[in-house]
Amino acid sequence: MGSIELVCPAGSPAMLRAAIEAGADSVYCGLRDDTNARNFPGLNFSPQELSDSVAWAHRHGARVLLAVNTFAQAGGSDRWRRSLDAAAASGADAVIVADLGVLAYAREAWPHLRLHLSVQAAAGSPEAIAFYAQAYGVKRVVLPRVLSVEEIAALMREIEVETEAFVFGGLCVMAEGRCALSSYAAGRSPNLCGVCSPPEAVSYSEEEDALVSRLAGFAMDRYAPGDPAGYPTLCKGRFEARGVLSYLFEDPVSLNAMSLLGGLKRAGVTAVKIEGRQRGKAYVARVAAAFRAAIDAIDRGESPDAYEHLLTDLAEGGRETTGAYRKRWR
Amino acid sequence: MTDPTRIEIALGPLLFHWPADRIRDFYARMADCAAVDRVYLGEVVCGKRAPLVDHALAEAAERLTEAGKTVVWSGLALPATLRDRKAIKVLSAETDALIEINDVSALKDRVGPFVAGPLLNIYNEGAAQELIARGCVRLCANVELSLAAVGAIAAACPGLEIELFAFGRLPLALSGRCYHARSHGLHKDACRFVCDQDPDGMDLRTLDGRAFLAVNGVQTLSHGVQLADLPPDDLRTAGVTALRLSPHHMDMAQVAEAFRGFLDGRMDAAGLHEAVAQAKPPAPFIGGYLRGQAGVEPVPS
Repeated sequence: MGSIELVCPAGSPAMLRAAIEAGADSVYCGLRDDTNARNFPGLNFSPQELSDSVAWAHRHGARVLLAVNTFAQAGGSDRWRRSLDAAAASGADAVIVADLGVLAYAREAWPHLRLHLSVQAAAGSPEAIAFYAQAYGVKRVVLPRVLSVEEIAALMREIEVETEAFVFGGLCVMAEGRCALSSYAAGRSPNLCGVCSPPEAVSYSEEEDALVSRLAGFAMDRYAPGDPAGYPTLCKGRFEARGVLSYLFEDPVSLNAMSLLGGLKRAGVTAVKIEGRQRGKAYVARVAAAFRAAIDAIDRGESPDAYEHLLTDLAEGGRETTGAYRKRWR
Repeated sequence: MTDPTRIEIALGPLLFHWPADRIRDFYARMADCAAVDRVYLGEVVCGKRAPLVDHALAEAAERLTEAGKTVVWSGLALPATLRDRKAIKVLSAETDALIEINDVSALKDRVGPFVAGPLLNIYNEGAAQELIARGCVRLCANVELSLAAVGAIAAACPGLEIELFAFGRLPLALSGRCYHARSHGLHKDACRFVCDQDPDGMDLRTLDGRAFLAVNGVQTLSHGVQLADLPPDDLRTAGVTALRLSPHHMDMAQVAEAFRGFLDGRMDAAGLHEAVAQAKPPAPFIGGYLRGQAGVEPVPS
């Protein structure tokens, strides 16, 4: 492993193996239900697949982190407890958790299970991070994607746990875990169901010589004939405010912070994370290999610039941003 | 003695940025409104606004307390700056007073009693019990929860007071960036407080003109106005002990009186709809979340 741990997504056992073979130090995955925030049909692991994959990863010198990062259902917390039990039984290296109730169960039932705080917990202040560390023994915090590199550096001086920062893939505009737009429009949300802008609510229709994408009937965007149509993620829609039509919340772009790896390392970040458990093994193989090469270059004292543009065609909508890390939008 | 089954009426913290004079007038009127039992005060959405409204809110607290209302100070929901963090620390240090917490940051230093606000992610009885162990005496349920889910939490947490977000545009999302500033071509750090132009939030429509959301600085709200018109007996069975009315630029005293009448059985759901509509809410009524549906679903007519 290099100076920064490379954490990659795995939506299936095959994707997990592809990520590790391409150079991931760790992979994160979820069980096949609503206890994780990528609860999509055809994705994720059975408890047996998890155990087999953990054994495979360990043989290849890699770690497995299990995401149990949705909020347990009132009166139905058993599923979340069983997911933690499965993590412990599989020998997974850590669980990624957001819910206070799930954290409490983990601390009680599996005191030796390493706890990472999910980005869904939106812990962006030293006080919030200290609370989770003191109360539940959380060892690592996945940072909200609203912080700049300078803010991360300042934060690191005030906290005593490891941090993990997203560097590539889809981008939440809202504070993660503090957004109910999806359930408002379409009945299911990341916090409660592990899905945002759920596929069953998506439709496309030809209207007046244009293709209109909709979520639960609400128009999200309009495309000229022949233009590639995007997925109608709610916060990336085009809306009208004060008489002006715009992508008010966020332009439809993806995060690529490879150029900031050096800064993140100097800020004291322990691990960098790739988004996209839903995007398959070809995706993860390419992204893991590119970031592996960039981290190794930094560790040799070289510039990672040569690798930065390798992944542009993978960005959703084909366009990239360094997100909040450079804080242009403040 | 007060009736233990009487559901209280609480006025939530003002989510919008109003001028100080409007704030003074508003709370003066609420102090005179017999239907309001409790009032939450304090800037919850954007720490930049706080210095502009502090004095008006302090005056309001005095006036409301004199009028016999319970006053509870509410904390920020998404601390972004050193100043925001300090404000939360100062509030948490009020060990004798009841405060409302809206971000986990406040839990680190809190030793006294507190209300868990709707902007905390408390979705189940396990999470609620963690807060109770730290001094939580009341939970205002997260707006995504159905009445059934709220009932499941209440049943597992005897003695915990349960408040329901019963009226107003639903607080749906928080962000590090300010959409009011962005829509005016400004940066958050030099925003000129343009959010004061929209006392109920800035309407957001889809590209085919359908009303959808409302923007309030870093916060996004529903366009529709939540109206908890469920039978009062169902509310009591679910363990609800208070209804929260979120302040809007309209006759809130009339809204509070209508809910009092509804809870006391002097008015049915249709009567509630009519009386609240007369007070001129900014948008049509919605009520999906409480019924386990998408939040945007309208209330049955």
